[in-house]
Amino acid sequence: MKLISCKDLSIGYDNHVVASDLSFDICDGDYLCIIGENGAGKSTLMKTLLGLQKPISGELSYENGLHQNEIGYLPQQTDIQRDFPASVKEVVLSGCLNARKFRPFFSKSDRKRCQESMDLLGLTDLKHSCYRELSGGQQQRVLLARALCATKKLLILDEPVAGLDPIVTTEMYAMIERLNKEEAVTVVMVTHDVSASLQYASKILHVSHHPLFFGTKEEYLNTKIGQAFLGLSMAQEGDGKQ
Amino acid sequence: MTISYFLQQLYVQRALIVSVLVALCAALLGVSLVLRRYSLIGDGLSHVTFGTMAVAAVLGVTEMYISMPVTVGASILLLRGSTKSKLKGDAAIALISVSSLAIAYLLFSKFPTGNVSADVCKTLFGSSSIMTLRPEDVKTSVIFTAFVLLFFVFFYNRIFAITFDEPFARATGCHTTVYNILLAAITGIVIVLSMKMVGALLITALIVFPALSAMRVFKSFRTVTICSSITSVIGAGAGVFFSLLTGLPVGSSIVAADLLIFLLFLLISVICSLIGRTTQK
Repeated sequence: MKLISCKDLSIGYDNHVVASDLSFDICDGDYLCIIGENGAGKSTLMKTLLGLQKPISGELSYENGLHQNEIGYLPQQTDIQRDFPASVKEVVLSGCLNARKFRPFFSKSDRKRCQESMDLLGLTDLKHSCYRELSGGQQQRVLLARALCATKKLLILDEPVAGLDPIVTTEMYAMIERLNKEEAVTVVMVTHDVSASLQYASKILHVSHHPLFFGTKEEYLNTKIGQAFLGLSMAQEGDGKQ
Repeated sequence: MTISYFLQQLYVQRALIVSVLVALCAALLGVSLVLRRYSLIGDGLSHVTFGTMAVAAVLGVTEMYISMPVTVGASILLLRGSTKSKLKGDAAIALISVSSLAIAYLLFSKFPTGNVSADVCKTLFGSSSIMTLRPEDVKTSVIFTAFVLLFFVFFYNRIFAITFDEPFARATGCHTTVYNILLAAITGIVIVLSMKMVGALLITALIVFPALSAMRVFKSFRTVTICSSITSVIGAGAGVFFSLLTGLPVGSSIVAADLLIFLLFLLISVICSLIGRTTQK
């Protein structure tokens, strides 16, 4: 079942095209990784999918009753959040706002949903802790729980492991995989981490101003670009280790 | 001359009501403004108000009619445009604030409406006019405060969401532009109202001190909001009484009271963290 369908999509800002000719579908249950170099248009594509930015041309449609506010979003952390006085519960609960329409206060069912997300991500003990005093990995989990309050259909994750240490990174990926497999949440992840993409994703979209590839992971591994990019990233990792 | 004697005086009652209410509004706004890195917006906008006062004085019109719309307009321009405009936040604030200061002083000098330096000093540091408030002034500030309080109660959750993470709020279907414009408009109005109390140069104190004090000690958005409202009210009340008893300027007294409260909270937070460290060991 299709959730989002893009046809000949051109994206960018101020009429400056960053990437064009994007045609792909996001289906129910997918784990799609959007990969590509810096400045290739990954973030712009993500913002366009979220409705934060209008496409320059082409078609972007939400299918099968998916509403724009049913897309959960894990943004990168901002400077503002680093010293923000907020409890974990307050942050997670703020994810329920989209279902509120014009009603100003949270209902019992919102609070229940908030509690469920916190349970799911193991945050219940931290409920009353201050967000700014948590570790990087815990903060990411709080933001993920907030995104889950907004929706259980589709999550868009922007570099979810940026700045996390290796152990926490593995935990984070495991958690995202569990959401995808057990809770049937469709995941779209924008990432630099090619090896993780190839480990967890079911589909790959490789963007570099033009779409270089869209398809399943297995197909990607058989293409020249896939092998080249993979080889490149492994070489880089090798460099990093030395 | 005791406090109870002052409390019976009508002019003292009016001054107290107005300063406490305006301080309350400023504190509520302050939490969101400080967290969004707009601490100096008050400074910039109050200079705009100062400029409009000069224009009003020259034209001989009631100040409110010019200063309110212009300040609110400038506020919306500064707070809303910051994400898209070519001039970035702090630069835009600097630009607008110095231009208005210069124009105001030029106007005051070209068309002297009395004692220029007294006029300028009064608008920059607030005047004792807070002690000569008319019943209408009290009514305006009561109505306005009620409006601000209702806004904050009803949109509390949205204000939190927008302050914490605007892109997320927007992506999940919150009309952030509308709330930003509303917040900006309220900021403009609060600044015009507080000009009378503390003057153009000290307004920032009303906005930032309560929020900063509360953030030293409290750790959730709700407690910070509540605490900053309370400290702001206490600071305003204490400042007015101090000024009455000593005959010193009202605005500066209120700011000094806010500063004392801030230092007290700072001390508490230092002590708390020291205790925390020793118990951890």
